[in-house]
Amino acid sequence: MIAPDAVPYLPRGVRLHRDHVRDRWVLLAPERTISLDMIGHAIITELDGSSGFAQIVDRLAAKYDAPADQIAGDVQQFLGQLAERRFLEVRA
Amino acid sequence: MKVPAPLAMLAELTHRCPLSCPYCSNPVELAARSGELTTEEWISTFKQAADLGVLQLHLSGGEPATRRDLTELVKGARDAGLYTNLITSGIGLTEKRMHELDAAGLDHIQLSLQGTDAEMADRIGGYRGGYERKMQVAGWIKDIGFPLTLNAVLHRQNLHQLPRALEMAVEMGARRIEVAIVQFYGWAMLNRNVLMPTREQAKEAERIVARAREDLKGTLVIDFVPADYHSDYPKRCMGGWGTTGLNIAPDGQVLPCHAAQTIKHLKFENVRDKPLADIWYQSDAFNTYRGTDFLPEPCQSCDRKKIDFGGCRCQALAVAGDASATDPVCVKSPFNDKMRALAEDFSADEAAEITYRTAAG
Ligand code: SF4
Ligand code: SF4
Repeated sequence: MIAPDAVPYLPRGVRLHRDHVRDRWVLLAPERTISLDMIGHAIITELDGSSGFAQIVDRLAAKYDAPADQIAGDVQQFLGQLAERRFLEVRA
Repeated sequence: MKVPAPLAMLAELTHRCPLSCPYCSNPVELAARSGELTTEEWISTFKQAADLGVLQLHLSGGEPATRRDLTELVKGARDAGLYTNLITSGIGLTEKRMHELDAAGLDHIQLSLQGTDAEMADRIGGYRGGYERKMQVAGWIKDIGFPLTLNAVLHRQNLHQLPRALEMAVEMGARRIEVAIVQFYGWAMLNRNVLMPTREQAKEAERIVARAREDLKGTLVIDFVPADYHSDYPKRCMGGWGTTGLNIAPDGQVLPCHAAQTIKHLKFENVRDKPLADIWYQSDAFNTYRGTDFLPEPCQSCDRKKIDFGGCRCQALAVAGDASATDPVCVKSPFNDKMRALAEDFSADEAAEITYRTAAG
């Protein structure tokens, strides 16, 4: 679980990339390419290296006009999967 | 079948290498330095690859660091928009060069491991002092902060070192380790008597990997290439022939997989003569084994054919004598008994001696 004030960020070697040939956003990582849907892309672009988890959730909730606790669950799951595969780091 | 655009490209910048591993994936007939693509030719190929849809570029060899223009090539690849991964033994990299690669935008390094101590590593690599140098390079990688994958190549001689290799990956700060049991083509085929793991070793490796995946969850990602001579079903080779990736040989020949040149009746096109896109979509070498139409029985009526595409073409040729046959690793292949017998025989050959790969001219 990522704590509310912990800061999730993409480590070196994982970056967002516009795949023009396939008209989509992807995360490029060592030996892996992760295709991002609209929501995944929205979450990734909120990772600025200084915002805490709760802040990110609030911004997304405002942007998509959705309840924060529902967004929190989705973001937690999405980022948790990236962290498990070492595509995401979390600073306490 | 609509042909998808490729996602990954492996650029074998050179066949030259200071090491001489007996399982080297380079062909037994090595390309000479004089025939290698120039800096400009490589960079043009990278741009064409990016336009074609390639996202990930692997710079490999031989030892890519033997190319003096390596930094320039990395920069060219990044400018083309490619994620750039360097596959190296570490030999030939200095601290200064690593900082230059960093500045050029290198995304990731994959460091090969021939053994977990100098005695084993230098014997397998055939290069004294290689291990010590590699450890030094690993230190620089960590200091600079390059993301690292450790690539442990295992076989009968060093499989017992797997637990230590996993520890070393964690110590080096690697996020990922590739545990690859030697696949048998080219040089490895010549050395199968020395390298073939026993069935017991292969099973033990699977157990160790399964346990380590639990213990190191979130710390180290483990990718495992099991011993395919001891498996029941073949692996999906290259994600499927002509669907996902392509290789460029040092002289510019475009190959569907790194061992494809063992299939003598295929004719390979060259980036010096034709646009890469034409080669990918139209050449016979890519089209011959695309999809599943070429497969014979038992594959045609098998429900796994969309999963493994009948396995590896090069292995089919090597053991069944026909590149379009069912991969003999498969329990349904008529050559499976032969395959198993071969595996047992080779793994029991205690007296076998190493044939090192020779130098590229
Ligand atoms: S496998 Fe060994 S000999 Fe072949 S290129 Fe790699 S380091 Fe060199
Ligand atoms: S019969 Fe062919 S398709 Fe079926 S599992 Fe074996 S190799 Fe794969």
